[in-house]
Parts: sequence; structure tokens; C-alpha cells
Amino acid sequence: MTRAALVTRVVKPALYFAAVLPLAWLLFALLSGRVMGDEVKFMQHVTGDTILTCLMLTLAMTPLRRLTGWNEIIRVRRLIGLTAFWYACLHLSTYLVFDQSLSIDEILKDIAKHPWVLVGFTAFLCLVPLAITSTTGWVRRLGGKRWQRLHRLVYLAAAAGVLHYFWLVKKDVQAPLVYGAVLLVLLGSRVWFARDRTRARRSLSARTTEAKPAA
Amino acid sequence: MLITRPPDIPSSEITDESLFWNRRDFLKAAGLGAAAVGGLLPLRDRRLIGSDDEKLTPWEDVTGYNNYYEFGTGKDDPARNATRFVSRPWKVEVAGEVKWPAVYDLDELLKPFTPAERVYRMRCVEGWSMVVPWLGIPLGAVIDRLEPTSKAKYVEFTTLFDPQQMPGQQRRILDWPYVEGLRMDEARHPLAILVTGVYGKPLPNQNGAPLRLIVPWKYGFKGGKSIVKIRFTENQPQTTWSLAAPDEYGFFANVNPEVDHPRWSQARERRIGELFKRKTLMFNGYGDQVASLYAGMDLRRNF
Repeated sequence: MTRAALVTRVVKPALYFAAVLPLAWLLFALLSGRVMGDEVKFMQHVTGDTILTCLMLTLAMTPLRRLTGWNEIIRVRRLIGLTAFWYACLHLSTYLVFDQSLSIDEILKDIAKHPWVLVGFTAFLCLVPLAITSTTGWVRRLGGKRWQRLHRLVYLAAAAGVLHYFWLVKKDVQAPLVYGAVLLVLLGSRVWFARDRTRARRSLSARTTEAKPAA
Repeated sequence: MLITRPPDIPSSEITDESLFWNRRDFLKAAGLGAAAVGGLLPLRDRRLIGSDDEKLTPWEDVTGYNNYYEFGTGKDDPARNATRFVSRPWKVEVAGEVKWPAVYDLDELLKPFTPAERVYRMRCVEGWSMVVPWLGIPLGAVIDRLEPTSKAKYVEFTTLFDPQQMPGQQRRILDWPYVEGLRMDEARHPLAILVTGVYGKPLPNQNGAPLRLIVPWKYGFKGGKSIVKIRFTENQPQTTWSLAAPDEYGFFANVNPEVDHPRWSQARERRIGELFKRKTLMFNGYGDQVASLYAGMDLRRNF
């Protein structure tokens, strides 16, 4: 099997399946009554973890591609990103409906007063344009460069998501710190690759200038 | 030292669990007032009455959803990690400004008292709540027996420190051992109880066996668990959460919907088992009984 076929025939179907697993688990756990205590918190934790995991995975695609040269893997990034978005919709809905009973007044007060809510909202708002422009049509309409620039919003979304988690826990910040560390590595790798690229370009241009007099 | 067996609750005193669950239905079906059947049914000192919409939180939630960082910070950690915790024999040190300081065997200390049932709301500072049928002894009665001196203005409760048995203490999440405290008048208030059981059964390890404090008008964290030391002091005790985050947790920690936690609102709470939140009541609904303790105090400052 070619590496491209591996992506379309194995990786992608597996990811479709994986994408519904958290939701399946969520519903199963709730309906079978095995959730102890606060059921809404449970929904928020399962969806929240799924969002952050998906965001980390989308951010891992570029470094993975550079390290392995497996260029086709980039084709699953949209699927993972959209999974993050759909779970973010669920996550936000549980908050709006169950925590705030859809009271606009209460929601606005909560956002204004509590930074972790504001930061969570920010993360969600960052994901909205990315989800909308995730189609091939939009890539074409915007043009690769502009599309890419817009989609850098995912860095902000991921960072805001981790901060949201960090600020909400009462005391034990271990889990948000793990996400934070992963995010740091993923973003750091971009700086590293960018430096690599500049170096490569510089040596390339140096070689061309050297070559000139001879020509 | 006299070592006695746990004070067995006479079986006549124990409410059958199915009856317990359907108490109201039973009463309605019987078509009798509680007073009329009071002599026949083992109805005990029920504090949470006159509110039919406040059902008891199921045993599974009461014993499966716990904040007990000594056994881990996850809500299901205590039930998992406390299964082999040894709560007998148990010693309680009584110290400080008191006439009878000593290390007591727990059963000996509690021997003169008969645990009675108290159904209380339990409001966690995190914004969730339960209704729990505790089995306990008025703290005031135990204090009277120990005879604090006139210098005693506060009581301090210390939880066991034993990282071997309490794996959560192997991480420095909090400054172990856990310490909580009350002003003397709060401690002597008839609603404050030392709890030894729940749902008519001995207190499960994850709920703070063998002895914990319950102060129903305060946030749950005020109720120290697995108490090994009761100390009477002249000065306000340094309590664990107020040391860990002084801007978020005060010494008093009275349930107050008007004073928010810096990071979240305290105006509403989720009753375990319900999806939508309900309004949090001042002093957790015990204002009639306890508000006078704080007359003239600025509750915004003394949070």
C-alpha cells in the first residue's frame, strides 16, 4: 500500500471512528447511570479533554510531516480539527444550557467577571472561522497563503483552551500542565523548523551568489 | 486504657433502607402525620424537613463522588483509594486549652453519646450540593465533656497524616496534615456535628471514617475528615485551604450566594442528580438558626 493509500484507507476511517468514541462513551456512561456526582461536569470534562486532545493532534501534523516526510498525513488534519470544533460546540452548549439556563444576562456577567470563562469563549470564537473556512472551496477562495495565515488562529485557540483549563481547576493543575507542556513542544517545534528553513535558504542563496561569478 | 467496641446502633434504631428511601411515600400512603407514627417508626432527629423537592442524594453519589484530597484529587479517587484504610482502633488527641487533655480511644470518647440522624444539605465550595442523612453527635456535647478552659476561643481539627495509607498525601497538593477550625460559638452550635455514619451505616472511608466534622451552613471543606486531633486554642487556627489560597478561601467559609469565589459565582449550585442549577441559599438554608452568630460581622470581608 502506498503511503497515500494508507492515509485514505486506514488512517482516515480509523479517525472517523475515533472521533465518535468520546461521544459514545459520554452517552453510554450517562444513560447507564455510571456517572457519579455531577453529570454536567462529566459532560464538560469528556468534551473538554476531547477538544484539547484534538487540537494538540492537529498541531502535531506539521511536525510529524517534517520529521517523517509522510506528507499525505496532512489530509487528516481537517477531520481532527473539525472534531475539535464539534466537541467545542457540545462543550459550550452544556455550559449555556445547564450551567446558565440560557440566560443571556447571566452569561454576560459570567464572562465579564471570570477570566477562565472569557478565555474559554475566546478559544471557541477562534475555532468558528476555522471550521467555516475548512472546506476546499474556502481554501481556493482565500488563496493558500491567506488561508494559512487565518488558520494560525488555532495556536491562539489551543493556548486559550489550555489556559481555560488551568484557571478553572481548584488546586491540582497537573492535567492542564501536561497539555501546556505538549503545546509548548508543538509550538516550539515550529520555531525550530522555521530556523532550520531560514538556515537552509541562507546557505542556498549563499551558494547561488558564489556560483554567479563563474557563470 | 479502656478499649471498647464501637457503640453498636441497636437494630431497632436502624431505618430499613427501602423504608428510608420511600419514607415520604410511606408516610403519605399510611395517611398519617409524622407525629402519629413517631412512636412506631424509627424517625429520628430529621433536620431537613418541610421541603419535598429536596430528596436525599443516593448512597452511590454520597459515597462515590467525594472531595478527599488525602486519597487523590479526582472525585472518584477516594472511593477507589480508601478501600483498605484502617479506621479502628482510632485515637483522638485532645489538646490545648482544655481541662481533660489526653489521647482518647475514639470509642471511649464517644461512649456516652448515641449517634442520631441528621439530614443536612451539603454545599461544596465548587458549586455542587447534596442532601445527606448523616449519623452524628452534636459537637457541642463532646466539647462540654472535654471542658475547654475560659481561654479557649477556637477549636482546631486535624486530619490523619499517613502517606502510606493516604496516597494523595504523597503529593504536596496541600500542606498536610489537613487542618480545619471553628470559633467556639460555632462549634457549640447545635447544628454542628461530629459524624460517625451515613445512611444508617458506619461512615465509609471515603467519607472521612471514622470521625468527621459536618458544619452544614459552611462550605463542605470546613468539615475535616478522619480527625486525629482536637485542639482548643486562644487564637484563630491556621486552616489548610485559607493558607493554600487566602484570597479564595477564608476561615469562616459560610455558604453565601452573595459573595463569589474569585474564580466562579456562588449564587447557584448544582444539586447532584439534577441538570439545571438551583439558587444557593444564605447559610445554606440554615440562616434562621445560625445568622445570629455573625451579627454585626462584614461577611464580605470575613468570607
